[in-house]
Amino acid sequence: MTRLSKRSKRLRPSGEHRLSRLINIGLPYLWLGLFFLLPFAIVLRISLAEPLLAQPPYTALWEWAEQGILQIRLNLGNFQLIREDDIYLAALLNSLWVALVGTLGCLLLGYPMAYAIATAPERRRILLLMLIILPFWTSFLIRVYAWIGILNANGLLNNFLLWLGVIDTPLKILHTQTAVYIGVIYSYLPFMILPLYANLTRLDPTLLEAAADLGCRPWRAFTRVTLPLSLPGIVAGSMLVFIPVVGEFVIPDLLGSPGSLMIGKLMWTEFFANKDWPLASALAIVLLAVLVVPFVLMQRLQQDDEDGRT
Amino acid sequence: MAGQIKKTPRLLLSLFLLALGTIAQAEDRVHIYNWNDYFAEDTLSGFQERTGIRPVLDLYDSNEVLEAKLLAGASGYDLVFPTAHPFAARHIKAGIYQPLDRSKLPGLDQLDPAIMASLARVDPGNAHLVPYLWGTTGLGVNPDKVRAALGEDAPLDTWALIFDPEQASKLAGCGISLLDDPTEVFAAALAYLGKDPNSQAPEDLEAAAELIKAARPHIRYFHSSQYISDLANGATCVAHGYSGDVLQARERAKEADKGVAVVYRIPREGAVLWTDVMAIPKDAPNPESAQALIAYLLDPSVIADVSDYVYYANPNQAATPLIEAELRDDPGIYPPSEVRARLFTPDERSEREMRHLNRLWTRLKSNR
Repeated sequence: MTRLSKRSKRLRPSGEHRLSRLINIGLPYLWLGLFFLLPFAIVLRISLAEPLLAQPPYTALWEWAEQGILQIRLNLGNFQLIREDDIYLAALLNSLWVALVGTLGCLLLGYPMAYAIATAPERRRILLLMLIILPFWTSFLIRVYAWIGILNANGLLNNFLLWLGVIDTPLKILHTQTAVYIGVIYSYLPFMILPLYANLTRLDPTLLEAAADLGCRPWRAFTRVTLPLSLPGIVAGSMLVFIPVVGEFVIPDLLGSPGSLMIGKLMWTEFFANKDWPLASALAIVLLAVLVVPFVLMQRLQQDDEDGRT
Repeated sequence: MAGQIKKTPRLLLSLFLLALGTIAQAEDRVHIYNWNDYFAEDTLSGFQERTGIRPVLDLYDSNEVLEAKLLAGASGYDLVFPTAHPFAARHIKAGIYQPLDRSKLPGLDQLDPAIMASLARVDPGNAHLVPYLWGTTGLGVNPDKVRAALGEDAPLDTWALIFDPEQASKLAGCGISLLDDPTEVFAAALAYLGKDPNSQAPEDLEAAAELIKAARPHIRYFHSSQYISDLANGATCVAHGYSGDVLQARERAKEADKGVAVVYRIPREGAVLWTDVMAIPKDAPNPESAQALIAYLLDPSVIADVSDYVYYANPNQAATPLIEAELRDDPGIYPPSEVRARLFTPDERSEREMRHLNRLWTRLKSNR
């Protein structure tokens, strides 16, 4: 960076340079501030308010009382309720579990696919990648709805299995946790494949040749060389799947059982049915806190990885 | 609370109309936010012909979604159709509707005085709300399957089909469904227990919760629209549902002609009567156009066509003779007076109670 900036200093007048550097550094921070910190501050502020039947439906956090006295009212009751009522913990744990199963499913399906694409001839790779991305051209909502038609008691899957004679009575898949797993794995598979693919194509094939020269069998070479080197791809793909699935609302709502507890659905109830924006915001804050932990872990892993390379 | 029908097409249609709405930038417009299948096919085109105002329609599928938009403010809608109790009642308290100019609405005096009086309880002087359509929440029943399970002379017009564990356990095999709506389900449970369905007493709510909990193992699902197609194709035999929706299921079953019969029954223990109203949000961009649309919908021939199309009754007494005789004589749509006497309207609960009820509901559904 310093070397680069010294060189560019010679090329351009310094005022313009300073401006461009300001933009270069400032833009990501502006982005972060505008689209992460500001919304976070708003949600945090609402989570400390009390619900109110008004427009907007929560109390103000501070008020100017008479004679220059600033009154601040912080309501920690929402966080207390979340801690005391075990339904929120149960929903959070179930959401984490669904995200874990979904992530593992995506990894087991996605790794061989990403590997196959990365090792395919260059010309075919584009086509294969296109096939992965193609479903995105249809709306996510419509694709999840399509699964209702497939998993229904008189849907495609059951009719096919009945026709084959594998089963006598239709399987009950729709409105169960299994349907949620299927929906999650289907919807999020590309998010696993793409970072894995990007990682696997960058691996140096000569490493595998060297392993083979030294008498290492292909499977062992895979577990000792390819797999450890693709770890950053696995972590990135897993995060891209895990984090959004924890807060997933559409898939459990359409495919899951009405009694299944998911944190996204509870937030919906609090926000829409209860008009309790403060509690919904508090839930969002708790969810964020829970998700920050794996994110920090990923950062550390990447840091280690970079340190290891230099 | 009307037509929780065909969620997919509704969603697609509403997205499509939303897109259309943003493109269409005519001079005189009225932005309408309504339940789907809640106008006749030519209602809005007739309005445009008569007044030259261009209607732009968006659709929603639950009162909660409507309410969240209205409370967030600046919704951009000129006319909305919430259910009167408890939703519009709450909105009146929050002060989000503007008063109507009654001099421009001469059709108001043709409306059913009983319904106007019930609305005046939450909207003093009927200053903000005009009733649009009304219906009941009762039982959609497959008579053949229920009689096969319970015996030839089993009564169909009773909440016992759901809340009596002995009957419910026999019906669980052919399928029982409940609306995913705590207000409706608790009202039904309290009515079955012979208690005041609007009771706010904690011990009554406790008893109702126990009743629902005992029935829970026999309930196949909680959903507010799935039962329509399931009743029609015989996948469910007892469904807690809205009158017009069950009648739609009956018509669909008739069309499919596969020997599935569906009847709508108002339980003898009492049932919810609900009214959907029209109201103009305070921040509506075109309130005059909204008034013109209300006036148009107060026209007896217009609203009679709507009722003919959607299977819900309207409160316009001048329209009753214009409705198809088949609908007018259907006790599921226009209940006889002795049945109407057993209907009740859910009172508004306090915010705290409503939250308690909703959280209790989440717990009951998840069997915890």
